[in-house]
Amino acid sequence: MHMPLEDTLGLNLLAANQHQAEHNRDHFDTWNLLCLNVMSSPGAGKTSLLERSLTALAGEFAMAVLEGDMTTQLDAQRLEAVGVPVVPITTGRACHLDAAMVSGGLRLLAERLDPASLDLLWVENVGNLVCPAEFEVGEHRKVALLSVTEGDDKPLKYPVMFREADCVLITKVDLLPHLPVEVERIEAHVRQVNPHCAVIRVSATTGEGLAAWHGWLREQRAALAALPLAAPLVGVA
Amino acid sequence: MHEVDMTKCLLLSMNDWKRQHAPRQPRVSTVHLQVGAFTCVEPDQLVFTWEAAVQGSWLAGARLAIEPVPLVGRCVLCASTYAPLQEQAYRSPCCDHPMEEIVSGRELRIRSVEYALDDPPAIATPSTPACAPCA
Ligand SMILES: [Zn+2]
Repeated sequence: MHMPLEDTLGLNLLAANQHQAEHNRDHFDTWNLLCLNVMSSPGAGKTSLLERSLTALAGEFAMAVLEGDMTTQLDAQRLEAVGVPVVPITTGRACHLDAAMVSGGLRLLAERLDPASLDLLWVENVGNLVCPAEFEVGEHRKVALLSVTEGDDKPLKYPVMFREADCVLITKVDLLPHLPVEVERIEAHVRQVNPHCAVIRVSATTGEGLAAWHGWLREQRAALAALPLAAPLVGVA
Repeated sequence: MHEVDMTKCLLLSMNDWKRQHAPRQPRVSTVHLQVGAFTCVEPDQLVFTWEAAVQGSWLAGARLAIEPVPLVGRCVLCASTYAPLQEQAYRSPCCDHPMEEIVSGRELRIRSVEYALDDPPAIATPSTPACAPCA
């Protein structure tokens, strides 16, 4: 005789990571700092864009970087010179950062400075458009980069990442005249999976779009500052 | 590769649950999941990596049963539901509107655990293929 005995859980498969992510976010909220999770495929230009933005914003915001992409490591020395500490995160062979790794990075960061003195914390995720979309690290906002060299179907092939993003940066737009790709088509594909996120065309080479992108950052920073100990902001659906 | 991390995280989530809610019976026969089609999780890969991940843990020998959940969107203009052609287009066929609202497909849920009522067999017979309906 078989009488199945069951317990209902209704728990998220990644609940263990989410708990740690919420714990990280509680810290960020207490320190009143805005945490950004920056994601892209390898070679989408995360590093060059981050260098431009960090240099441009260093006089305005106190910032730090948790560097999870060992293959495109930021020029730490140059950034330290403009006052932006860069802390490498040990990922092992993982293809994404998880909340525990970021927690470890925070411990290292706290040995060097008081995190409460920061306005912005950048988490540069591993170059990958798949699992970083599902593993929260405690960020307030997700930023996904998509290079025009990647073609226009990436948002349809990796829709979860672009669905979850709060801001999509179309990078390397200075290369558009040399490519058989229409930036409008890329944007339209992003819009299919995420009709309301910010979509900004940028070039780290020419500086195009950086003002709009930094404007978006300032808005997010101001929104967080206006809501101290804000409730965690979760992505759409 | 990334399914291994997913499976590890699933096991950690199960461990957390076990700590908080003492299971009614020690031996779990089946862990039931719901996995949406609009996630980064491949059900087959999850099952494939499960057995190795739970070896030596309290879930050793438990089966992973995955109920796939299709992606369904709801058109915000006319309220009809539709199944997008994944990887090709995420628009409503009725009004050609972007996939604004998702009804299902984002599930990554541990739905339930099923307990074994009988004692585990004294001698393991790994050469015999497991009979799915009896497991
Ligand atoms: Zn419609």
